[in-house]
Amino acid sequence: MPEFEWQFTLVLLTNGVMIGLMYALIALGFVLIYKATDAINFAQGEFVMFAGFLTAGAAEIAGFPFWASALLALGGMIALGFGLERVVLRPMIGRPVIAVVMATIGLAAVLRGTATMAFGAGTRVINMPISDEPFQLGPVMLPPIQLVGAGVSLVFLAAFTWFFLKSRIGIAMRAVADSQQVSMAVGINVRRYFALAWAMAGVVSALGGVVWGAMLSVDNQLALVGLKVFPVVILGGLDSIIGAVVGGLIVGIVENLAAGYFDPYVGGGTKDFAPYVLMILVLMIRPEGIFGRRRIERV
Amino acid sequence: MFHRESGVFKTSYAADMALYPLPIARYAVAAFAGLFIVIAPLALGEYYISILNLVLIAVVGALGLNILVGYTGQISIGHGAFMSVGAYTAANLVTHLGAPFWITIPAGGIMAALIGAVVGIPSLRIKGIYLAIATLAAQLIIEWTINHVTWISGGVQASIQVPRPSLFGIPLKTQTQLYLFLMAFVLLAIVGTSNLVRSRIGRAFIAIRDQDIAAEIIGINIFRYKLWAFAISSFYAGVTGVLYTYYLGIANYEQFQITVSIDYLAMVIIGGLGSILGSILGALFVTLLPILTRWFLEDYGWLLFAQQDLQNAIPNLRLILFGALIIFFLVVEPEGLNRLWRNIRNYFRVWPFSY
Repeated sequence: MPEFEWQFTLVLLTNGVMIGLMYALIALGFVLIYKATDAINFAQGEFVMFAGFLTAGAAEIAGFPFWASALLALGGMIALGFGLERVVLRPMIGRPVIAVVMATIGLAAVLRGTATMAFGAGTRVINMPISDEPFQLGPVMLPPIQLVGAGVSLVFLAAFTWFFLKSRIGIAMRAVADSQQVSMAVGINVRRYFALAWAMAGVVSALGGVVWGAMLSVDNQLALVGLKVFPVVILGGLDSIIGAVVGGLIVGIVENLAAGYFDPYVGGGTKDFAPYVLMILVLMIRPEGIFGRRRIERV
Repeated sequence: MFHRESGVFKTSYAADMALYPLPIARYAVAAFAGLFIVIAPLALGEYYISILNLVLIAVVGALGLNILVGYTGQISIGHGAFMSVGAYTAANLVTHLGAPFWITIPAGGIMAALIGAVVGIPSLRIKGIYLAIATLAAQLIIEWTINHVTWISGGVQASIQVPRPSLFGIPLKTQTQLYLFLMAFVLLAIVGTSNLVRSRIGRAFIAIRDQDIAAEIIGINIFRYKLWAFAISSFYAGVTGVLYTYYLGIANYEQFQITVSIDYLAMVIIGGLGSILGSILGALFVTLLPILTRWFLEDYGWLLFAQQDLQNAIPNLRLILFGALIIFFLVVEPEGLNRLWRNIRNYFRVWPFSY
């Protein structure tokens, strides 16, 4: 152990918080799907990658300005969400978990292949109309892109919390997730809300794609961000939006601290490893996560 | 397998559980064995035999995964990692002790079974999606450990050279010799699995799959049997890892990454959950798919792509085809190739007089 240096720790902590909020944005897409349709999306990372490719592709190939390509990605992802729900996910309603898991894994393969084929294997960049100069706060450097990402995350997390608590559509979605049969009986169009949930996940993924794509640049490695979603949602609880934020923050902070303090000893890679160890612990002790709802099973 | 019964005339449980329902089934199996053991190695060239070898290795792994996913209803996205456990166990035994294959193969299997059982421990409390994510974590953690702990992975690029096994002092040099060697293990795996699933343990697995709480209520110790399922399934995975290492001549963790776990899940899904024939067909299908795609595109790809794009398009098209087929089978034929085969058989059972 190196002696405790508060500056170093402070830098790691701030970076962790910033990255954590951006993880929360991606986890939000996952939570939305789970909350509304009870399905899990193993293709969340590929959604984000696809949105990134759409944005970068529109800007680089067609020469669109940034806002136009971001809007295009938004529209494209909404259409993709609706389309996939209709073709792939709707036949999976009422099927065992393994079927849904495998369907989204298959979807991930298709999206990865399609994106690389359509946009090429090369790396593309998204140029946001903001400066690259980091803000200096004491010892901490904050790149503006991370600030924007964290800000977008917070706004959307608040918006979706309100949406599920107060809006008519959000309440209907929660009802659908709770029991599809009872929802049908009280006159909720279950299929419509399923489609809507996937379209909303498309919106969140589009934002995630723009923000993460601008930070990391876009190629098929961007989909690996999706692997971080699992520790985040397991920690926070699969069906909790607040949980996505808290889980994102914990994962962001833990991985930065672990990487800062352990990487020199084990030769790198702690960043990808530590969140999963944490997740295993949570699964052993409290499988439903911090804010998740415990499910009671009956024969 | 190919016979057409005229009805069900079984009067005892023993007859119902028999491996060969009619004498003709025995002859069909014997004919099949003759075709694959005697005729195939004589008739096919080295290259085709090497492809068949890949299929054989995949059959062992797919059978193992099907015990866990198809028969016990537990999900594992960590089978690639269990294979790497077997592979590195064998590689270390060979390099440090010069162990022969009849030690390395069981040792690799047992090591993988131990690790698999440990990974299976959370399955008592968590299931479904949580278990899927837990096994995914196991995959990443095992991968990381092998890559970072040098006394396992042996230093440079985490790969260990492993010489081919030798039988009675003769090293297996050609692919045909390796084919016969692998075939012995495939036969063991098939017979072992078909006997396992009709035994007490196998029936407990099926009860757990169908309704685990109900299974517990009728007196099945679900924790013990879930751990057994994980251990047995991982044992097969470990053996697969060792066999693959012998095939490649090198143990390397990159051969056992998460895509491998997904490939094996795809075999089980496409072949048919809870079916031995399905595992074999699925292994055949998923192993041959990329090879056939490449052959097809190399010959006819110019119809679709410009020559310079073709080499880039092949891996992507393969990926798209792979994903699309998984989705296709899940949507259209959830019971997989095994069900398709049964449908064909049922059609021909009463064939020219279907009414």
